[in-house]
Amino acid sequence: MSEKVLMKGNEAFAEAVIRGGVRFYFGYPITPQSEIPEFMSRELPKRGGAFLQAESELGAINMAYGCGAAGGNGFISSSSPGIALMQEGMSFLCGAEVPVTLLNVSRGGPGIGSIQPGQADYNQVTRGGGNGDYRIPVFAPASIQEAVDILYEAPAIADRYRNPVMVLADGLMGQMMEPVTLPEAKHAFTSEEISTAKPWALSGSEKGTRSVVKSLRLQPEVLEQHVEHLFEKYAVMEKELERVECEGLEDAEVVFVAFGTMARLAKEAMELLEAQGIKAGMIRPISLWPYPYKAFDAISDKTKAVISVELSMGQMLQDINLGVKGRVPVKLIHRVGGMLPTSLEVVEKTKKILEEVR
Amino acid sequence: MKPVFKVTEGMLPVSTSYCPGCTHGVAHRIIMETLDEMGLLGKTLGVAPIGCSVVAHQFMNVDMCEAAHGRAPAVASGIRRVHPDKVVFTYQGDGDLASIGMGEIVHAAARGEKFSTFFINNGIYGMTGGQMAPTTLIGQRSTTSVDGRTREQAGMPLKICELLATLDGPAYIERVALDSPAHIRAAKKAVHKAFEVQLAGKGFSFVELLSTCPTNWGLTPADAMKRMREEVAAYYPLGVYREAEV
Amino acid sequence: MATTKLFFAGSGGQGVLTMGQMLTYAAMYADMNATWLPSYGPEMRGGTANCTVVISPEKPVSCPLIYEADDVVVMNLPSLIKFESLVKPGGNLFVNSSMIEQKATRDDINVYYVPANDIAMQLGNARTANTVMLGALMSVSPVVPEAMVHKIMEKTFSGRKAHLLDINKTALHAWETRK
Repeated sequence: MSEKVLMKGNEAFAEAVIRGGVRFYFGYPITPQSEIPEFMSRELPKRGGAFLQAESELGAINMAYGCGAAGGNGFISSSSPGIALMQEGMSFLCGAEVPVTLLNVSRGGPGIGSIQPGQADYNQVTRGGGNGDYRIPVFAPASIQEAVDILYEAPAIADRYRNPVMVLADGLMGQMMEPVTLPEAKHAFTSEEISTAKPWALSGSEKGTRSVVKSLRLQPEVLEQHVEHLFEKYAVMEKELERVECEGLEDAEVVFVAFGTMARLAKEAMELLEAQGIKAGMIRPISLWPYPYKAFDAISDKTKAVISVELSMGQMLQDINLGVKGRVPVKLIHRVGGMLPTSLEVVEKTKKILEEVR
Repeated sequence: MKPVFKVTEGMLPVSTSYCPGCTHGVAHRIIMETLDEMGLLGKTLGVAPIGCSVVAHQFMNVDMCEAAHGRAPAVASGIRRVHPDKVVFTYQGDGDLASIGMGEIVHAAARGEKFSTFFINNGIYGMTGGQMAPTTLIGQRSTTSVDGRTREQAGMPLKICELLATLDGPAYIERVALDSPAHIRAAKKAVHKAFEVQLAGKGFSFVELLSTCPTNWGLTPADAMKRMREEVAAYYPLGVYREAEV
Repeated sequence: MATTKLFFAGSGGQGVLTMGQMLTYAAMYADMNATWLPSYGPEMRGGTANCTVVISPEKPVSCPLIYEADDVVVMNLPSLIKFESLVKPGGNLFVNSSMIEQKATRDDINVYYVPANDIAMQLGNARTANTVMLGALMSVSPVVPEAMVHKIMEKTFSGRKAHLLDINKTALHAWETRK
């Protein structure tokens, strides 16, 4: 176990993916994640990789596609509007089954919105803004350590399923410092090893087979077969990638559902409510797709309300309702625009909600 | 017995899906023959565009991937980072490169990316059925300029070689035409030069190949060749726009 | 031991972010849990710099965001006006009286007036004002072991900055000594 270090979120994220095997970074500056390309431009050339500042987010996602199609472990970071611009590429990557690790340090929207923390990318990242039937696993860590562990694992997940993998953080996590233990660096493929490690990737037909990476399938029956194949893969991902943390559901009068930074706020609200004699529990989805619907089965008969604590107008409510299946009223405590609730505010609003539903 | 002609292994033994009289097939063949003659087929990675030649990977016998519309230079830049020792090229039409992909091609050229781009300029959107392209000539009819392109309505056609030649990044830029045996031989020399420049690590190399689209021009193949020679080449002069020593 | 929430505010260049980081490092070296969060959200408006530190000796820090603080340090007047209300009843407010003539208005909190810049000048380096203030805070609210603050100081003030180590260690006790 290596020593704990104090790191700023954005730099810890970048270090974690490098240790996870990423050697190629493509990005375009956007607040609040610009420390990541800055870090990558310093570090990757020293570690046998390459940094390339793209002309746009469109350029970045397509460079990462080229990198992935050629067998490299690529990484992209951006923030909400930049992620929006990359949606065509994400659909393409899924269709062509090319792995890449993505990090969205999200901010307020719609449009250019604000540079303050937001979670209103929920629909964008879980439903996807690109065309066609596809899925991208999304992980929403709540601490820098958890983000580091997930980003370290993400390149391997992307390779295993030949699919993009996204980590959703927010500007607050990117700027925060927290002690972390960094995992040991994994081996990263050299360009010579790619032809044997990833025979499907472009490395030259001298390897004995000809590789073609593509998303176009003009014959309907061929495309249908391909989409069915993708969804067989997504079904496996749903089984293997679902992650959730539940706490105090057995006797909870109220259950919070929150991810990322808001989960930490809800955690403190739980403690404050407990001090006032109100038992609160929490379901913290770590994977937003696949969404941990089954976790909601553990909500007890004592629970009077399920409350989503979100930095959006309630984009997660649809999934929560699918999990709750109408057994308990589902309510929302939220702020948007970059405004952040305090845990005290969550406590007060929770008490009001409990009065309403009692 | 000494063979007098051998079909290149660079082309897969299938018929292309291009229209009769279209010069995509000629362009494919001279690029693949050149790679074959240079002994590079096994170490070449190609990027196909969106357009008629999206299916280039069904005919070109090298490792290939598709790119989203216009993004081939970004894709090739990513490939190049992973495989610094391979030969990388993009094959792009005029809608792909000169319209939707203008940002990617200009920046790849400005960075002096070490790959080669073959730019097929036939002055029209072929795959979608003959709409006006950024390279459509003034007066030329298309399905979105039925009375002919006007400067007032659509501005002037883009001259990509001239535009890229204003940049310091590219190492080699040449415009050729595929209208006659002599010009096709010259085009093949330009393709050879582009790969030489790449192998020598000189930087970005770019060959524009003036091409025909008889179907959407509404001309016979022979008349299309004549139009390319007389009208198209008059607006898009052939020649070397950036010379590189290799 | 319970969670301690600390807040540091001042203008850019007064070392308020560093003060918070020093404490966070010291907490980490002491195997405690800690978070450091710089001015973020609407608090960024107005040209003041601030940071929040939450230290939890045993369990992980629940929330890096605070609605009240046990200890608040204000290095300039705008910070006093804006953040006096953040101190929880019975908590501590440390006012840099070298820069702030005004007095605090609340009587349900402990207020300490620390002439941090004056003391730093007397020590011979005006830039140690933030360390003087950090020392004052620790003498009232010993949230982390002093040895661990020394440890981060030894890492920070090494090499070309090694000559600054002794003066900073002295600065940690300067206010207490002077009292």
